[in-house]
Amino acid sequence: MSAGEGGADAAPEENTERAPVTMLSTPMRLEYLFSAGIAQSKNLRGLAEGKFIGQRCPVCRKVYMPSRGSCPVDGVPTDEVVELGNTGTVTTFCVVNVPFAGQSIEIPYICAMVLLDGADISFMGLIQEIPTDEVRMGLRVEAVWVPTEELRPSMASVKYFRPSGEPDADYESYKDYT
Amino acid sequence: MSEGTGDRDEEVLTSDHVLEYPYSRSVGPVIGAFLTGLRDGRILGVTSPDGRVVVPPTEYDPTTGEATGDLVEVGPEGTVESWAWVVSPLPQHPLDHPFAWVLVKLDGADTAVLHVLDAPGPDAVSTGMRVRPHFVEEDERVGRIQDIAAFVPVAGSAS
Repeated sequence: MSAGEGGADAAPEENTERAPVTMLSTPMRLEYLFSAGIAQSKNLRGLAEGKFIGQRCPVCRKVYMPSRGSCPVDGVPTDEVVELGNTGTVTTFCVVNVPFAGQSIEIPYICAMVLLDGADISFMGLIQEIPTDEVRMGLRVEAVWVPTEELRPSMASVKYFRPSGEPDADYESYKDYT
Repeated sequence: MSEGTGDRDEEVLTSDHVLEYPYSRSVGPVIGAFLTGLRDGRILGVTSPDGRVVVPPTEYDPTTGEATGDLVEVGPEGTVESWAWVVSPLPQHPLDHPFAWVLVKLDGADTAVLHVLDAPGPDAVSTGMRVRPHFVEEDERVGRIQDIAAFVPVAGSAS
């Protein structure tokens, strides 16, 4: 927002010519160049091809998706690139009922942590194509991607997750990731 | 598992990011009066207990912390106390051509206010020169410091 637009906040007061000024719009704005780094760039390129790309730690063998390039536990580079599948398990979730500025999805909706098969870290995703009161821990889901021509190096390439139809995962299989 | 697909994989992706917060703040009775004055094309200061006039006005004396007194109109003309010439303005600067940051002590004030001076060049700027505010058009004034577009030299006062 430019300072000029910010001043428009005072417009209602202008109508009553002599009303004193009580508020000041002081927008703050930072423009910067974000560098994804080598590891996350691999992941983002994968997303542009409709794939989940992670990296494996050579010491603990855990797979991070996305990877930041090193293992946070062992502090070593995660050089081994791993392509993960399209399915995973809901480990935890919440029902979003509260409207907020910038919301792009109709409430209520489900925001879940999804543990992709073969990954050792979960990440946040939307769950759709299922009534909100039927979403549960252990629900097996699959990624739904945007149409091929809309794929971009961004998590926005994943439209949402939907039930895969498989039986629920055993709690034991994901209890370490909740 | 699959390895990367060659050289292209070594490129690091970058992206332009913008972070912004549309803050509004309440300005209180004294700054509010100052901003209302700007909207009306006037510059207000405030008297401090020792009789000085502080511009921009504050609710408390900046030296002693005592409550300040009545608002008084100052200027509109003033004297440049100090200045710095900006050769290459940045996008967020108030003017898009070279200008001077100036500390202006307005007539009737005992403190200087920071603003910009729109002058032809650094040779046209000097400490002690007389300047006056150039307000933006009345219907564009909303009660903020930018209601003064810039200070400009008073004719015949430069150098």
